Amino acid sequence: MSTEKIIRAYKDEFYPPVPTRATQRRRTNFLLQAFHFLRLNFKIMRIVVKGHS
Amino acid sequence: MKVLVLGAGISGHTAAAFLKKMLGRRHEVVVVSPSQYYQWIPSNIWVGVGRMRPEQVRFKLEKVYRRWGIVFHQARAVALHPEGDAGDGQGFVSIEYTSRERQGESDRIRYDYLVNATGPRLNFGATEGLGPGGYTESVCSWDHAAHAWEALKGSIAKMQQGERQRFLIGTGHPTATCQGAAFEYILNIAFELKRRKLEHLAELTWISNEYELGDFGMGGAYIKRGGYITPTKVFTESVFAENNIQWIKRAGVTRVEPGLAHYETLDGSEGSVAFDFAMLIPAFAGQSIQAYDRQGGEITEKVFAPNGFMKVDADYTPRPYEQWSIRDWPQTYQSPAYANLYATGIAFAPPHPISKPMQSPNGRAIFPAPPRTGMPSGVIGKVVAQNIAEQIRKGHKEHPHTANMGRMGAACIVSAGFSLTQGLGATMTVSPVVPDWEKYPEWGRDINATVGEIGLAGHWIKLFLHYMFLHKAKGYPFWWLLPE
Repeated sequence: MSTEKIIRAYKDEFYPPVPTRATQRRRTNFLLQAFHFLRLNFKIMRIVVKGHS
Repeated sequence: MKVLVLGAGISGHTAAAFLKKMLGRRHEVVVVSPSQYYQWIPSNIWVGVGRMRPEQVRFKLEKVYRRWGIVFHQARAVALHPEGDAGDGQGFVSIEYTSRERQGESDRIRYDYLVNATGPRLNFGATEGLGPGGYTESVCSWDHAAHAWEALKGSIAKMQQGERQRFLIGTGHPTATCQGAAFEYILNIAFELKRRKLEHLAELTWISNEYELGDFGMGGAYIKRGGYITPTKVFTESVFAENNIQWIKRAGVTRVEPGLAHYETLDGSEGSVAFDFAMLIPAFAGQSIQAYDRQGGEITEKVFAPNGFMKVDADYTPRPYEQWSIRDWPQTYQSPAYANLYATGIAFAPPHPISKPMQSPNGRAIFPAPPRTGMPSGVIGKVVAQNIAEQIRKGHKEHPHTANMGRMGAACIVSAGFSLTQGLGATMTVSPVVPDWEKYPEWGRDINATVGEIGLAGHWIKLFLHYMFLHKAKGYPFWWLLPE
């Protein structure tokens, strides 16, 4: 079976960092994300409170 | 006293709600809006990929305003007479009704205070062939987003038959703004195609007038990430690379024809990109409202900037990028020409862009205009309402409440896929919105308050905000306790 050979080198999309599988799994890990949900809401609230004179 | 609010978007609706709450029954609050609906614009993205129905992002204003005791006219403001007319020196606004029952009727509404929160005019006409009336889609309103979903469904159906499809998403004018909405849309399309296992048949291309990806019209930002201080350029390119999205940057779309978008880049070269489905954000302009003095002479230039946005207490002195300061940005949003006029949200004329202006060798300006997202718009609407209410109640002319975009922060939750268990959202916060290079010489902003993270938590936050802000906008119990 032949497969199309794709070389991404020297293209713009070749250079940025991409997440590892472990990072991708962490992004949808329920417990970790529940913690981030609280942490990020706290960070957002700090900005919101500072934005109101 | 009578306060007239033009527009019922995030800023106008917030201003009207707080004005009525603070002024009570003794004073009148009147809202004029051409649409019968309030729409929660940030969720239009989900309408555009079929994950929400239009009814979930909008509701009828009439019912809410009746409950609050606000007078509502479904109409369009066409002329502003801040000095009144020969017979009466009280200012008024000429309106034309847009409701089915009163379509075409005209009226004039007098006011003691006027809040202009008319939002942007989607200037599709500035780019030939752009928009739902042309050859591209839009997600700028719920009806545009619903139309985009119908077109996207067509592309998905073709892919399910094994046909390849080319998607072009981004900005449709050399000085368009609102890159964030387009960014959300392309990520949601990528997510939906992966969910249907069709990504191998898709060619996704991002086209933008940004100098670098991640500029978002606010000159980009720096975030703490993985032990590094990273520019949003790297963050955005990483997200695109992960989703197999190619990009064309520093490009101003000049013309669209069926299946083909033409653009010019900052180096002066011209190109074109083919597409089967395109969603390109148009240029924004102010609403075309003319202003007249008491004798009927036109004074539009005195009240409005050339782009149609209203002049406020900003410093409009032209300066080079290196001399820009947060002090140029308005604080009270009061018109310098008429003390009882205010402009909030997108309706006020910014003193200058936030991103550095750029020009191609052919003289074409290619850079993003400044964005004004929901949070600053809501905060500005509330601050203006507080100041007007205090002036009416206490009789003074001071502005104890201020909101400067060079001091306030903003949180932007970028949806990257709708699912309660597998969804993704990029949580981005910046403080302040406009970089303050005097206070923060290294990064322009408070690096400890700036966040850029992708994860399921971001999707939960965006969904939570959807329900929270609709709860607030509908005036459900304790709505006033919820922040903007």
